Amino acid sequence: MNSNTIKENKTPNKKIETMNISGAEAIIHCLLAEGVDLIYGYPGGAIMPVYDELYKFQDRLTHILTRHEQGATHAAQGYARVSGKVGIAMATSGPGATNLVTGLADAQIDSTPMVCITGQVGSHLLGSDAFQETDIVGISTPVTKWNYQITKASEIPEILAKAFYIAKSGRPGPVLIDITKDAQFDTFDFSYEKCTGVRSYKPVPKPNTNAIAEAAKLINEAKKPMIVFGQGVILGEAEAELKQFVEKAGIPAAWTILGVAAMDSEHPLNVGMVGMHGNYAPNVLTNECDLLIAIGMRFDDRVTGNLETYAKQAKVIHFEIDPAEINKNVTSDVAVLGNSKETLQLILPLIDKKNHDEWHNEFKKRYDIEYNEVIKNDIKPTKEGLTMGEVIEEINIASKNSAVIVTDVGQHQMIACRYAKFNQTKSNITSGGLGTMGFALPAAIGAKQGAMDREVVAIIGDGGYQMTIQELGVIFQHNIPVKIVVLNNDHLGMVRQWQELFFEKRYASTVMVNPDFVKIAEGYHIESKRISERSELKNTIKEMMASKNPYFLEVKVEKEDNVFPMIPTGASVSDIRLK
Amino acid sequence: MEKNRYTVSVYSENNVGLLNRISGIFLKRHINIESLNVSKSEIENVSKFTVVIFTDHETARKIVGQIEKQIEVIKAYFHLDDETIYQESVLFKIDSSLLFDERNIQNIIKDCNATIVTVSRDFFVLAKTGRKFEVDEMYDKLKPFGIMQFVRSGRIAVTKAEMPISVLLAEFKENK
Repeated sequence: MNSNTIKENKTPNKKIETMNISGAEAIIHCLLAEGVDLIYGYPGGAIMPVYDELYKFQDRLTHILTRHEQGATHAAQGYARVSGKVGIAMATSGPGATNLVTGLADAQIDSTPMVCITGQVGSHLLGSDAFQETDIVGISTPVTKWNYQITKASEIPEILAKAFYIAKSGRPGPVLIDITKDAQFDTFDFSYEKCTGVRSYKPVPKPNTNAIAEAAKLINEAKKPMIVFGQGVILGEAEAELKQFVEKAGIPAAWTILGVAAMDSEHPLNVGMVGMHGNYAPNVLTNECDLLIAIGMRFDDRVTGNLETYAKQAKVIHFEIDPAEINKNVTSDVAVLGNSKETLQLILPLIDKKNHDEWHNEFKKRYDIEYNEVIKNDIKPTKEGLTMGEVIEEINIASKNSAVIVTDVGQHQMIACRYAKFNQTKSNITSGGLGTMGFALPAAIGAKQGAMDREVVAIIGDGGYQMTIQELGVIFQHNIPVKIVVLNNDHLGMVRQWQELFFEKRYASTVMVNPDFVKIAEGYHIESKRISERSELKNTIKEMMASKNPYFLEVKVEKEDNVFPMIPTGASVSDIRLK
Repeated sequence: MEKNRYTVSVYSENNVGLLNRISGIFLKRHINIESLNVSKSEIENVSKFTVVIFTDHETARKIVGQIEKQIEVIKAYFHLDDETIYQESVLFKIDSSLLFDERNIQNIIKDCNATIVTVSRDFFVLAKTGRKFEVDEMYDKLKPFGIMQFVRSGRIAVTKAEMPISVLLAEFKENK
């Protein structure tokens, strides 16, 4: 530790003070005070003073050099999503900063707490088109929950405290703080106090007891109620409350892809996924239920299909922390604002114990239809080529449903979200809202480092894998024991599927001529294997899961499989196609 | 859905970059801003944006919700024209010779309740405050004589109903 004037920060809320340190050193002290021990980033000219301090503090702060700044953001996201803590990404000005934009947008739309720190040219150069100058505050405004440019060292403690508070409170999101180089060099008398409130910002609305009573009445009166829960349950740490609520009310519960791990996959009241490639029963029955109870989800268009025909027959209750989501896409009869943990706790005593057996049978009947038409062929195929579904099923078996599954974007993502099973929360890490190809590999690194005691398996397509493949360097350098499974169909599978179904098989730019992925992994000294036969699958997955090291597995799957069920764009959820 | 003119009033902190953040929300929905005014408000250190847009009620409501959730925004409202008292100001710069040569100009100044801000050898400046149609009327009357420069401010508006910002800020103080 370089500054002996700093007292050990054992009580996080205690005010920390020290005399005359540089802005760069102050940044480190702020991060330490916020409990940060891991940073993903990439150095460069305008952030060098901070990296110089990171060098001095390496006993307390680990910096992981990703191979691209985008990788730093996704790693920070993966870390945040498994741990519930704020992920940190750091980059230099100009191209370093612009490379953060995709990760910021991803974190914004998926409500992931992240603080990005960028270096900026000296304040006297601002606006002069200086070397590596870019207006990252302007660029990042629409994709951040908050952002700010610091031009004076003395602003650092208050602004960073505010950044952490804003990133993690209420509906979480990414914050970007841009710090000019002179503010990093200048010295000042440092003191740090955690932020406890911002006067113009109300992170959590107070629950309205009338709304809760009204919601309880609708729930108790409903004959065919259905729950759709989303990531709000996980972000609100309301998993136990959700379970109690579902069990007491006896209501079938479906999930969005970001909500999945909030409830045990094997729970008898878990009826699967809603949305475009979701399960048949919850999609069809969305248009037959008499009460739709949305908890911590935002009625994304991939969930609702055509809004004109979405759950029109049902009353809607919306449990939500963000008032701007109320009546944004679907009009609710009762809006229950607040943190889901708090609101579910409040409603629980007002709910009658029920079973709804007949209604459950409707789900069961439709599950059987889907099983025979789709699921059986996906996870227990009889045709020759390997399916993505059977790979996921083997991972479930080998991990006993306990792995963190990180997915990229496309067919493999939909298959993984449909078939992966979870028995713990914060386990499904995927790019939901933005659909960012290239997300999975760096996010898996962050997920592993955020939950070292857990098995982390990245499921990636051959397309997305090549968007951030350079992050294998991080896995190699730091020996991060993630399991990487590339489901290779030599196509951009989801786009190819759409071309087949909606563009009369005109396969424009979706065929991929791929390199030897095993050789590439070997180049990074990562244990690796390629399989293409069903007979090898079980044992290889077992071997992979048993490995204590990073492991790369390429599975050559059927080239032209499609993901079903499917709600075509613009169609109603009840018009979901099984083939 | 039926479109109307809405006045969006935003109370906010006075911070660099907030205008960009707020205007971006209109941009995202491809809504044109018809008029924009930023000034101080009745509360010390609180700024007020007055934005005029032409859209349907639902879009206006959603935009206001998305503006309000921005960290530095204290509260946002939207109102129809008949729920507000609103005005805008204009300046006309006109060739001085016309003031003396064209009798009509003096009549227009009187009829429109405009004021003469300054008169110099070469030009004089007229100011007028009023509703858009009143200003337009004056513009149309002066146009034939030649207008050297014309500028119109953004709409400023106060609402007939209360906008209780002080209460919100007091609540924050109490909770803190």
